[in-house]
Amino acid sequence: MKDNLMKHINEQNAWHEMTPGGMIYGSGNSEHFNTGEWRVAIPTFIEDKCKQCLLCAPACPDSAIPVVDSKRLDFDFDHCKGCGICYKVCPFDAITFKKIGE
Amino acid sequence: MAIRERLSGNEAVSIAIRQINPDVMPAFPITPSTEIPQYISSYIANGSIDTEFVTVESEHSAMSACIGSQAAGARTVTATSSCGLALMWEMLYVAASSRLPLTMCCINRALTGPININNDHSDSMGARDTGWLQIYAENAQEAYDNYIQCVRIAEHPDVQLPAMACQDGFITSHAVENILLLEDEKVKAFVGEYKPEHYLLNAKESVSMGPYDIANYYMEHKYQQKVALDNAKKVIMDVAAEFEAISGRKYGMIEEYRMEDAEYAMVIIGSSAGTAKAAIDEMREAGKKVGLVKVRVYRPFPEEEIVKALANVKGVVVMDKAEGYSSVGGPLGADTKAALYGRCNAVVLNIVYGLGGRDVRVESIKEAYDRLFAAVEAGCVPMGYDYLGLRK
Amino acid sequence: MKKLTEIRWHGRGGQGAKTASLLLADVAFSTGLYIQGFPEYGPERMGAPITAYNRLSDEPLRVHSNIYYPDYVAVVDETLLESVDVTAGLKAEGGIVINTAKDPSEIVPLLKGYTGKVYTIDAAKISVATIGKNIPNTPMLAAVVRASGVMSDEEFLNNMEASLKHKFASKPEVIDSNMEALRISLKEVKLYER
Repeated sequence: MKDNLMKHINEQNAWHEMTPGGMIYGSGNSEHFNTGEWRVAIPTFIEDKCKQCLLCAPACPDSAIPVVDSKRLDFDFDHCKGCGICYKVCPFDAITFKKIGE
Repeated sequence: MAIRERLSGNEAVSIAIRQINPDVMPAFPITPSTEIPQYISSYIANGSIDTEFVTVESEHSAMSACIGSQAAGARTVTATSSCGLALMWEMLYVAASSRLPLTMCCINRALTGPININNDHSDSMGARDTGWLQIYAENAQEAYDNYIQCVRIAEHPDVQLPAMACQDGFITSHAVENILLLEDEKVKAFVGEYKPEHYLLNAKESVSMGPYDIANYYMEHKYQQKVALDNAKKVIMDVAAEFEAISGRKYGMIEEYRMEDAEYAMVIIGSSAGTAKAAIDEMREAGKKVGLVKVRVYRPFPEEEIVKALANVKGVVVMDKAEGYSSVGGPLGADTKAALYGRCNAVVLNIVYGLGGRDVRVESIKEAYDRLFAAVEAGCVPMGYDYLGLRK
Repeated sequence: MKKLTEIRWHGRGGQGAKTASLLLADVAFSTGLYIQGFPEYGPERMGAPITAYNRLSDEPLRVHSNIYYPDYVAVVDETLLESVDVTAGLKAEGGIVINTAKDPSEIVPLLKGYTGKVYTIDAAKISVATIGKNIPNTPMLAAVVRASGVMSDEEFLNNMEASLKHKFASKPEVIDSNMEALRISLKEVKLYER
């Protein structure tokens, strides 16, 4: 059961569908947790202004700025909590940051 | 062929541990369990076992080290008593909820205060709700046999819970008695290798243990522990049957003594059960139909077995070697009464006895039965509970 | 022997009464008996009166209480006679063994009217003469074995020799001196003739 168990554990599970003691088998499974729901403000990536300096990616506390072949891509909004740190560190105004609904 | 020996209870469990040869033993010395880490340390120094002994600065650390070590995948043991067990409190729950099958020798001593080093059950009775298995011994032989069985019971895939093998401090831990030991190879084969399904030092699988459990999950995990404790009953009986095959000694959840036609029964735990058997033999000669139910396994509680054993008696006296300050009785009294409620019409008395090393004599046991005879005669169940051997 | 022999030891912390009870348990075990050897535990204090116990039986032992009606009492230090009620519960058909240089006739008046057998042994003198130190428990052990008759002299000496050889393999002189102490005490135990 264990291989797929981590992906399927959710708040609707019955007691026997969970791991003993809440043990977590496997690593990297925080990916399955959609923290993007917590966001009340949102960054926007303006690709034209981006120089690919990559200062933003390591500053993101949630690893929500994917970098592929030395280039950053658009935000991973499943995990971006909208903290705005990337907006602060960007020297080129390539990231805007606004409260949702504004 | 069994090995005929004379040993104290502490020596006996130390030999059991030597034969098990656990991977790790973190421990902090406290009377009357101190001899156990001493013996194990000398076995390690002599090269007879390759256990890693972890010296720690407190029992809280001892239990924390046990948890870390068992989680890492190592078969882990420890020993403690009284205040030492109390200092482990927080971590006892963590060991149980993390489903780590480590084993502990609990050498029962009064839980201070006033400060006292002698025997009663107030230390382990306080830990009865931690989710650990608890098995109690009447004498050195049972202390040895129980420890070996505890390892198998705790580690069983249907159980995966920590186990406490308890015996009475000084009364059995420091008294030298006859004992029959098993050969080293037999014990080694009986306990086998510890092979957990998941463990931290497994290079092929990343696991995390002891995560924060939010309200949406917590009750389900607590229920899993309850199911594991329920499962333990069958495992305890299966392991006992296997143990009987190699030792010739029979064990169960409870032991019944002269209960076949008994009208008056005593329910008791630990070394005083032996004293009670001698008292019963004398009272039987005088024509009294008395019998005994010794509770060997206290957690999980042998509800079904107790109800069955006491089905036909007129009166039951439940003996508690711990004061619970619950106003209604000691822990064994409360559990026994709860088990019997609605299922048995016997008069049930609850008596607190033997606190802080107060000696329990054949005469003390007879007095407890005399009180039961009087209560049955009067046909009423008195409120609350009473003390035995108290100066009044 | 009869089915069960219960013995109570009185000594002072540090004199070896507990060790004597464990040695007696050991040697009785070697003869095939069921045994118990245990002291009464409390705060350990050098010089404070202590009590230790033995049960020896040809049937398994179950009772785990102290002994209140002993068949025999052993008093390792005669000064205890003034402060401790050593004959409490002692059976009249049993006996008491006291470590003293005095004659049994001088001791009897101190025993609160005890009517059983009274034995004396100068364990201090014997141990100094043989072992070279005042270690009264070895001679006392022999005296208690003789008084209680839990085993024959020969059985006792053979088993003690085997046990000492095992314990002191590297110190043969200790074995010889202890065996000598045991032999002398078996000879010198005095029984009060009433």
